[in-house]
Amino acid sequence: MSVARSITPGGDDYFEHDADIGVIGRGATLEESFESAAAATFAIMADLAAVRPEQSVSLDFEEADVEIALVRWLNLLLALSHEHGLVFRRFWIERDGVRWRGGASGEPWRRDLERGVEVKGATLTMLQVREERDGWRARCVVDV
Amino acid sequence: MDLSKLKQIDEWTWTVPPAPGEARGEVRLYGSPELLATMDNKVMEQITNVARLPGLAGPAMTMPDAHWGYGFPIGGVAAFDPEQGGIISAGGVGFDISCGIRCLRTNLELADVAGELPSLARELSEKIPAGVGEEGDLKLAPEALDDVLARGAQWAVEHGYGAAADLEFIEEGGRVGGPVPQNVSPLAKKRQRGEMGTLGSGNHYLEVQVVERIYDEAAARAYGLHEGQLVVSIHCGSRGLGHQIGTEYLVSLAKAATRLNIRLPDRELACAPIHTPEGQQYLGAMNAAINCALANRQILTHLTRRCFSRLIARARLETLFDVSHNTCKRESHVVDGRKRLLYVHRKGATRAFGPGHPAVPERYRAVGQPVVIGGSMGTGSWILAGTAESENRAFASASHGAGRAMSRHQALKQWRGRELVDQLAAQGILIRTRSMRGVAEEAPGAYKDVNAVAEATEQAGLARRVAFLRPKVCVKG
Repeated sequence: MSVARSITPGGDDYFEHDADIGVIGRGATLEESFESAAAATFAIMADLAAVRPEQSVSLDFEEADVEIALVRWLNLLLALSHEHGLVFRRFWIERDGVRWRGGASGEPWRRDLERGVEVKGATLTMLQVREERDGWRARCVVDV
Repeated sequence: MDLSKLKQIDEWTWTVPPAPGEARGEVRLYGSPELLATMDNKVMEQITNVARLPGLAGPAMTMPDAHWGYGFPIGGVAAFDPEQGGIISAGGVGFDISCGIRCLRTNLELADVAGELPSLARELSEKIPAGVGEEGDLKLAPEALDDVLARGAQWAVEHGYGAAADLEFIEEGGRVGGPVPQNVSPLAKKRQRGEMGTLGSGNHYLEVQVVERIYDEAAARAYGLHEGQLVVSIHCGSRGLGHQIGTEYLVSLAKAATRLNIRLPDRELACAPIHTPEGQQYLGAMNAAINCALANRQILTHLTRRCFSRLIARARLETLFDVSHNTCKRESHVVDGRKRLLYVHRKGATRAFGPGHPAVPERYRAVGQPVVIGGSMGTGSWILAGTAESENRAFASASHGAGRAMSRHQALKQWRGRELVDQLAAQGILIRTRSMRGVAEEAPGAYKDVNAVAEATEQAGLARRVAFLRPKVCVKG
């Protein structure tokens, strides 16, 4: 499970894109890189360190393509956050072959939570999931 | 953009010559050398990839405000012929389906109500749901939402949001044909619950503007505009429902392209032939999202009118025009001397029908369709009129905004939201927002020169300038 950490807008968890924002998740495992990418995505919308993990949601899906799985993971989290009116802080995901199970916890939007910009969805642009020398890296451009 | 890779066709038109033996459609980029030079090379790469898609009719084009997007560039226009295996692409429309601008003219002069602007700014920022996490008062269950998706702004008017007179000045009379609410997933409908009548965030805004200068008296008269008059512009789209449709179909069309053996230059160009079940499913869902956006802007128009009338009893706000800039529409155009029914993708590009076109409201038909180029909060916006020439040059399309000149990442490093709000207040522009980070990302300096975009749009024959609007109040999402 990813723990809330300080993510600086415009910092190392992101890469350049003209109109939108590129997010990068890093981790010792594929799953951790997905959790990290989710944290980077939600940090575009709020200061995660100030979000209280009071309510949880869960999700599952089947996907053989790990890159498409990253996009589906992020988009399902965004959809659930809108459906339940929540902003998420913690993320977890497990993979069993083509089956992915995960979830997130957070709280309803509070007036005093600092707002960033809304992420509309994750795209296939600059989409890449791969293992490097120092661990896994999962990245894509998100539409804001 | 590396201009050495382009070939100039005329003063405002450029192309990317194909490599020897390369089979693809023509590419056309409109703009001045200065505007093109500010664009990322990715714009050229992306529009060249669009020109490789099946069934392209005529050239794949970029408008003078183009910038790097996903799939198609933003500011991209491309038409596809279903009888030639032409495709429809979710990345050619964008996630914010039917994002657009509703422009309202008022009966108010800036000189008469300047003292009311701070109160108006407060009222609008309190009553117009804006920004990430904000919901509207209208909560629609999925079943009720189907009616909105089927009937668009007509649904909104029938439910007390605005007047029937508004509908005449919305594209397609406020309701696009061909929506299939059943093609919209239950999750997309749940995501929209609470998001009808909301502005969203990012580059979305509601602005009170003053007509600072008229450039075309005849068109301005037809549009009911004069110098010193206040107008209101509302920039937003189909909200969570459109975003969810975009994300779901981007993935499903990418898989369909593989299954249908379509060779994509990049899988972000996910698409399916229009005449396939996959293409038709996306088309039906996208049309439903267009109606959602038209209803959303109609509801926001109603909320805006209430804010004005609470503070200024004599205020009257009439819809000047409502135009979308993220769509794919079935239109008739002449290509290679033959009239053809095409599916015209405009991603960050505005439809711009010229004088005499039957789709232009009768009141404006002699001068052409109103086109709105929305600028940054510190500079201004333009109203233009569609030209007959644009039909031949760009399937009757024009620019939609200033276009970003730098990334949000770079903007955050360069500006602080609070400082920008104070600087703009000193210039007489009141910014109201819950997101200072968002203000920094949307800094006026992060955009291209909107005046240069408007000039290039006119010089390239895409639309002609009618009026320049200066912002006075900006509610940022």
